[in-house]
Amino acid sequence: MFDAVGRNFGFLMGGLWVTFQLSFFALTGGILLGMIVGLARLSKKPWIYYPVTAYVNFLRNIPLILVIFWFYFVMPILVGRSIDPFPSAVISFIIFEATYFGEIFRAGYQTISKDLVNASYATGMTYWKTARYITIPIAFRRMLPSLITQSIVTFQDTSLAFVIGLRELVRRTSIVDNLEVRSIELYGFAALVYLVVCLIGSQISHYFEEKGRKASII
Amino acid sequence: MGLTYEFDWGVLWRYPYGMWLLKGLGLTIAIGMAAWIIALALGILIGTLRITRYRLLRWFGTAYVEVLRNIPLLVQLFFWFYAGPMLFGETLSRKINHISGLNIWVSIIGIGLYTASRVAEHVRAGFASIGRDQYQAVLSTGMTQIQMYRYVIIPYALRLIIPPLTTEFLTVFKNTSIAMTIGVAELTFQSYQIDADTFHGLEATTGAMFIYLILGITVVKFMNIVEKKYKIQGLVGR
Repeated sequence: MFDAVGRNFGFLMGGLWVTFQLSFFALTGGILLGMIVGLARLSKKPWIYYPVTAYVNFLRNIPLILVIFWFYFVMPILVGRSIDPFPSAVISFIIFEATYFGEIFRAGYQTISKDLVNASYATGMTYWKTARYITIPIAFRRMLPSLITQSIVTFQDTSLAFVIGLRELVRRTSIVDNLEVRSIELYGFAALVYLVVCLIGSQISHYFEEKGRKASII
Repeated sequence: MGLTYEFDWGVLWRYPYGMWLLKGLGLTIAIGMAAWIIALALGILIGTLRITRYRLLRWFGTAYVEVLRNIPLLVQLFFWFYAGPMLFGETLSRKINHISGLNIWVSIIGIGLYTASRVAEHVRAGFASIGRDQYQAVLSTGMTQIQMYRYVIIPYALRLIIPPLTTEFLTVFKNTSIAMTIGVAELTFQSYQIDADTFHGLEATTGAMFIYLILGITVVKFMNIVEKKYKIQGLVGR
């Protein structure tokens, strides 16, 4: 029954590899930028707080697909030549997902008591040292389940790079379907691949949630 | 700036492009509202299934949520649109494929089914926040299980979960943009069409972004009114 998948298995798995690569860059960049965004959303300096808050609230109201298009249109103007879908997709994902990761980090930072921060200052640590050694590590552990959940969402979101012609899993599935016309098994297969990867991810998230609850750090 | 780019913001209102964007917005709102109705009705049902006493129903609710949540909406829409009609057999699938505006119906149903899985999770969380004694108090008045959910638990839980539902309501409108991949001429599709016609996609997508922003703000304002109206007296902080 799955012979259409079998005949094109290598091609489809190549697409999954592109999906994984895009997810990797989107997550690494999105999480790093998100950490900074989360700190900036708690900043007391208005010239940091207001622009970053505007950036977060703006992007969270806009569909990702439109953001992907927008960067695909704006990048050639910035770099002066046409650009491949992959780097363009990576940049749009980093900028977009950082707003979601940023809100997770903000919530995580806010769970840390003022006493802990003051104690850290009392030992002579600077703001950045406190963030690096105290605030971020503890918040990170508390936020791990939400971070994994958002990572699963990001992994699913990478399918939207389809619209600028990136040959990831869904694009390749649709290319194969145009030749084979076996939609049920081909799209069924793609769905199954996402389902398996995401279920594994949510099990990992669940594990850390339980672990955190047992260690009573949540 | 190697490439010189002449901005032309006129594409946002010049004939016929301004009309395209407005038509796209109309379709975005229509699909979003229709999908939301399906999502609310089905989401409440599935969320309720997940806490009933019957194991088979609970199992079905959990399977529904896990499957729909863990497959990208884009893949789901493709599946319903390309593979969906085939599931009904050859003769019927040919008839289905001749329905005019099939892609619009598919996107309403597809987005509705997907959003229902997310609504179901919020509904379940709402139920979980209602104390056990409340369930027992209702049953002790002689109500049946169904009456308990219909008249007490569901109305109460829905009022509790208005804030997360607001987020989902916003997400529905954002997700309608994915319908463009099966050729639905909603707002994002139209802004991309303007690019194909004029090479001024940057201005068109920027314009579309602000239209989505205004739509989002309107939804939040509306939901704030709803939240105030259905506020439960005596609860903290809302």
